Amino acid sequence: MVERGRMGRFLIRRIFGVVVALVVASGVIFLCLEIVPGDPAAYMLGVNARPDTLAALRAELGLDGTALQRYLSWVSGMLRGDFGVSYTYRTPVSGMIYDRMWVSLPLALYALGLSVIIAFPAGIFAASRRGSAGDLGVMGVTQLGVAVPNFWFAMLMVVLFAIKLRWFPAGGFAGWDKGFWAGMKSLTLPAVALALPQASILTRVMRSALLDVLGEDFIRTARAKGGSRGRVLWAHGLRNALIPVLTIIGLQFSFLLAGGIIIENVFYLPGLGRLVFQAISSRDLIVVESVVMLLVFAVIAVNFAVDLAYGLVDPRLRGRR
Amino acid sequence: MFSKWMSRATLGALTLAATMGMATAKSTITVGMQLEPPHLDPTSAAAGAIDQVLYANVFEGLTRFGPDGSVNPGLAASWEISEDGLTYTFTLHEGVTFHDGSTMDAEDVKFSLDRARAEDSVNAQKALFEGIADVTVVDPLTVKVTLAKPDGSLLFNLAWGDAVIVAPESIDGIKEKPIGTGAFRFDGWLQGDRIELAKNAEYWGEPAVLEHVTFKFISDPTAAFAAVMAEDVDVFTAFPAPENLPQFEADPRFQVLVGSTEGETILSTNNKMPPFDNIKVREALAHAIDRQAIIDGAMFGYGTPIGTHFAPHNPDYVDLTGMSSYDPELSKKLLAEAGFPEGFKTTLQLPPPSYARRGGEIVAAQLAAVGIEAEITNVEWGLWLELVFSNKDFGLTIVSHTEPMDIGIYARPDYYFQYDSAEAQALMEKLAETTDPAARSVILKDMQTLIAKDYVNGYLFQLAALTVAKANVQGLWANAPTQATDMTAVSWAD
Repeated sequence: MVERGRMGRFLIRRIFGVVVALVVASGVIFLCLEIVPGDPAAYMLGVNARPDTLAALRAELGLDGTALQRYLSWVSGMLRGDFGVSYTYRTPVSGMIYDRMWVSLPLALYALGLSVIIAFPAGIFAASRRGSAGDLGVMGVTQLGVAVPNFWFAMLMVVLFAIKLRWFPAGGFAGWDKGFWAGMKSLTLPAVALALPQASILTRVMRSALLDVLGEDFIRTARAKGGSRGRVLWAHGLRNALIPVLTIIGLQFSFLLAGGIIIENVFYLPGLGRLVFQAISSRDLIVVESVVMLLVFAVIAVNFAVDLAYGLVDPRLRGRR
Repeated sequence: MFSKWMSRATLGALTLAATMGMATAKSTITVGMQLEPPHLDPTSAAAGAIDQVLYANVFEGLTRFGPDGSVNPGLAASWEISEDGLTYTFTLHEGVTFHDGSTMDAEDVKFSLDRARAEDSVNAQKALFEGIADVTVVDPLTVKVTLAKPDGSLLFNLAWGDAVIVAPESIDGIKEKPIGTGAFRFDGWLQGDRIELAKNAEYWGEPAVLEHVTFKFISDPTAAFAAVMAEDVDVFTAFPAPENLPQFEADPRFQVLVGSTEGETILSTNNKMPPFDNIKVREALAHAIDRQAIIDGAMFGYGTPIGTHFAPHNPDYVDLTGMSSYDPELSKKLLAEAGFPEGFKTTLQLPPPSYARRGGEIVAAQLAAVGIEAEITNVEWGLWLELVFSNKDFGLTIVSHTEPMDIGIYARPDYYFQYDSAEAQALMEKLAETTDPAARSVILKDMQTLIAKDYVNGYLFQLAALTVAKANVQGLWANAPTQATDMTAVSWAD
């Protein structure tokens, strides 16, 4: 009973924090883009446009109101799920974001999946054989993985797998309507390029977290009780090492979702990152605002989920605060 | 084991590629380009990418540009011009239908032209239609266009992508689903990735050879190179990485087409801002610039030096490069005469394209050699439009003027480089009233000489049209007289 009350208060506080963060973020995003010079109508109509034509387009785009009016209509629209209409594409922003999500979200999940699949075994292997040649090898490779810029690694993969071997396209997205595997094939090189540094970081975190735990007294106790090395590692070590690893996974997911801009450009994928990139250069402010807002929301939501996951992994955290 | 698996996989991929090649290569093509259209209405935006996909392929006007820049009949089979040059009577082709099945007739022409010149029009080139006083439907196949005063360039103006014929029935959806009369119809758009066109079986004229055209948008130059090398695209127009062209030229799989564009790349100069209001200073600028060094350094040798604001491939072009020959000593002398023996400081605003960013570094170094210190600022297009183009807050900038036959901007004193010359304005007025080709040619030549003599801007070079294609693609335009990728005559050689 006490337990549930604490959990409830914890949740309410967290949700209140999320709402405040979102309101502040929307204000900052809008202000930043308001300050940036550049007129979307001028961009659309180019260098031969007449002043009356520009005025006509501004009125059509709803750019003639005050900043406060536009901010309020943007926010109230978002609350109703209406992100407005893109200045340049002239289609609803929500539809555009939805379409692009179908590239960016699978790409982020694919990369995160690869990162986890590589990092868990590699980290556990390195930690359990600390100081061995295998450990040194893993540490060396991950050092390289952290250091190599992912866009450069991406280009190398394109040269090898797209130009020389022709196993994968050099870029572009086939579309999910061409089948699941065709879509996955388009996303494979980008996902690997994104996953390499993430997997390297995660491996190192996994290894050091496990080593920290394995040095604790309760591990010695467990071993003394007669538990085998492997059993102690799985049953006692891993679970306790998960907290820092979960934190990093949460951060990585947000990063992968928002940080695909460069990789999406290298592989010319029609994802959110490329949408923002195009929208910024064409001063399609409403698209930039809405996508950035969505990414902020995603980051906050992921952090929230990670906080809740701590509670699942570590019952002690549910009681605190 | 691994190597065996690998060789089998490679073999499989090769067989697959070979069979795909057999089955599809003859009738489909994938064209890469850097910029994606923001939307698909050529009559309400300046974005060249819209025309690059749709002009001549999906949309047609009364007249149309040929590969050499000539103006040819389009939807209008013929026309008659009245004695006084005020009335143009167009006879339309018979049996032309839009892609939605509706007929294209004189009413659609009237609708399109009236829409473009209306009070609330958002046509980016509204000036093209300024001379039109009235459009009348005579019968379904005859349209009479009446002008307020004679306009010798009407037929040329009507060939622009901004003057294509659209239908009132489909105008509301045109930004997402363009309905035109062309040899290809719109067949889908995966935003951010590609636009697909399919052959229009009902086309009124010479039908297209290809069944299907895919335009793919690849903005990053390195990715563009990889896409061509991996043969993901068959053609890449306006190829953004000229440094890689020798590699394609050496590769028997590819051909490289080097043509000319309508892009006069100029060191645009703020003629109202001191010290550039002094003609001696502008002349000094012209002699401080080594055009060939800029072409070699920034464009890897692709481009033609110009001495005035006119395309060298145009029959009316006058070669005036001699008037602004590279002569730093003369330049220093002129600066001293103008009262700047020690030179001066100014700003150089550079928009994103590589001709500006790379060229700007070279120009700044050349100006420094004669004592002019140009402080470089890199700006995005949105910012350039606001700072340079609208607010005229700049000393120098580098920009390519890609509109065809745009020497008329020198008769607009409020245009961003602010050249105010009564002589230039009178010449352009006279040009508008002249319909006789020989007389027009004389005026155009006078105009070129005038702006070269006044050293309005530093004329650098004509932007080259660079296309990379598979070796057996034929029928592509080498030149870019307008921003178009006309696929109607493109096919695969056997």
